[in-house]
Amino acid sequence: MADASYPTDLLYHPEHDWARLNGETATLGITWYAQDALGELVFFDPPAIGAQVSKDQSYAEVESVKAVSDVIAPLSGEVVEVNDALADTPETVNDDPYGEGWLVKIKLSDSAEAESLLDAAAYEATLT
Amino acid sequence: MSTYVSATEADRREMLAAIGVDSIEQLFSDIPEGLRLERPLALDPGRAEQEVYDELRALAARNVSTEDEVSFLGGGMYDHYVPALVDSIVERSEFLTPYTPYQPEISQGGLQAMFEYQTAISELTGLPVSNASVYEGPSAVAAAGYVAKHVNRRGRFVVSRGVHPHAREALATMAGSWQMETVEAPLRTGLTELPELDENVSAVIVAQPNFLGAVEDLQALADAAHSAGALLICSCDPLPLALLKAPGDCGVDIAVGEGQTLGNRLDFGGPSFGFFATTEALMRRIPGRIAGETRDLDGKRGFVLTLQTREQHIRREKATSNICTAQALNALAGVIYLSWLGRRGIVELAELMLRRTAYARQRLAALPGVTALHEQPVVREFAVTLDAPIEKVIARCRAAGINPGYPLVRSYPELSEGLLIAITERRTRAEIDRLADVLGASVSAERETLAGVTA
Repeated sequence: MADASYPTDLLYHPEHDWARLNGETATLGITWYAQDALGELVFFDPPAIGAQVSKDQSYAEVESVKAVSDVIAPLSGEVVEVNDALADTPETVNDDPYGEGWLVKIKLSDSAEAESLLDAAAYEATLT
Repeated sequence: MSTYVSATEADRREMLAAIGVDSIEQLFSDIPEGLRLERPLALDPGRAEQEVYDELRALAARNVSTEDEVSFLGGGMYDHYVPALVDSIVERSEFLTPYTPYQPEISQGGLQAMFEYQTAISELTGLPVSNASVYEGPSAVAAAGYVAKHVNRRGRFVVSRGVHPHAREALATMAGSWQMETVEAPLRTGLTELPELDENVSAVIVAQPNFLGAVEDLQALADAAHSAGALLICSCDPLPLALLKAPGDCGVDIAVGEGQTLGNRLDFGGPSFGFFATTEALMRRIPGRIAGETRDLDGKRGFVLTLQTREQHIRREKATSNICTAQALNALAGVIYLSWLGRRGIVELAELMLRRTAYARQRLAALPGVTALHEQPVVREFAVTLDAPIEKVIARCRAAGINPGYPLVRSYPELSEGLLIAITERRTRAEIDRLADVLGASVSAERETLAGVTA
């Protein structure tokens, strides 16, 4: 498992999710803190391609050996890609939460929403 | 007999006021009116306990069980022989609880039995994952509908009228609370005729064999459901599965059913258990408990409850079910019964039912005034139509010590003189001959009465 880290090029949601903006789209995932609290992931239940996700609402589920948890969307939009590799190796989220362990990519419906998200320092401050 | 109740009238008023209810009757407002007794019990006050006992005993003595008459009743629960072996094992103190054992460190025996039960259900249904049982057949059907709802989030169930009426009711009740509708598919010549399926159909639900005894073409039904992106849920009678192609091999996504015939007696309707098996794709949405096989720290084989993260003690309102007790003891009777029968025994039992059912159907359909309701293949149950008033014919047969079967009109208004006849290994060839004699005579007598009236 990777060491604790909160990359500064990402935006964070207080429910322990991150977003990487890339023009009209964003890649979403869960933070190092979230995967550490959950423990080893054994299953990722993704949304369907084309599904609408709404900021602050659940859009997927992750299951660890301890619990099944909702994943909260940091931004709103339409799901355009799902990390299919997680079907076979969900533990990738533990190993590399900001890289290979991404969950979905969405086409943003309101890019202004990003302004309400936290930067790395502000998010890390919520964890103490 | 005194009726001592510790709460006074003032206490009751205070409690009702605290929860904001005007009367005790209002507490029962959710119970359908037809089920409520709108009068005091017909039992005089001030009678001695012994007198009350005698009166209740006399009432109970009016019940007629399958031990008292030769019964051809079926319709979902069947009069199979339960060997003494089942009782002698389930009554052992290590097993005697309806609860699922949680702690693997003290419950290896119970968990292993549950794992073996799941294995047996898996083999019978041809589906890789089984849970450790649910309440009974109808709630298993409703639970399967709940899985379908979560899988594709569509708005409608298409339910064959060949599914047990109680299961259809249970599903419709649950579907209403999920803002989903249920549409019934009719039976034509004994088999389910599906309507056009669109992209709003979440699941198609059928029964194998269906309520009229007919063997459905599950593969065709599965293909139709899948081409619309819907699941196929099949409520199965477990013993005929020894002969029929396994539901899992026909494309069925969820196989459920009533487990009573596996080592549980009729007991005036229960308790029994329901079984639930599905594909690996739907594994994480299974309701209830699942026992899993694992290895302990020393590498020895052991058993634990698995996939518990989906359950209500962890997930609360998002749990896959809120079943708190399983019917673990009834399911244990099920796996003991199946072990007693064995792989060959269950096939022999089903073959015996098949032969005797074919014989009975042929004998009865040859009687004047009796015609087969459909010509489809059957295993253990078949339906006929009488050319005489059904309830009167049944009364005549019962007076002769034979209960000829279930009058279908009670569940199917369109089948006014239909009779559903079930055969188990307890019904001998001689009893079937006697049924034919008594039913033939009763139908003739009623037809003569009718002719006399109209002449």
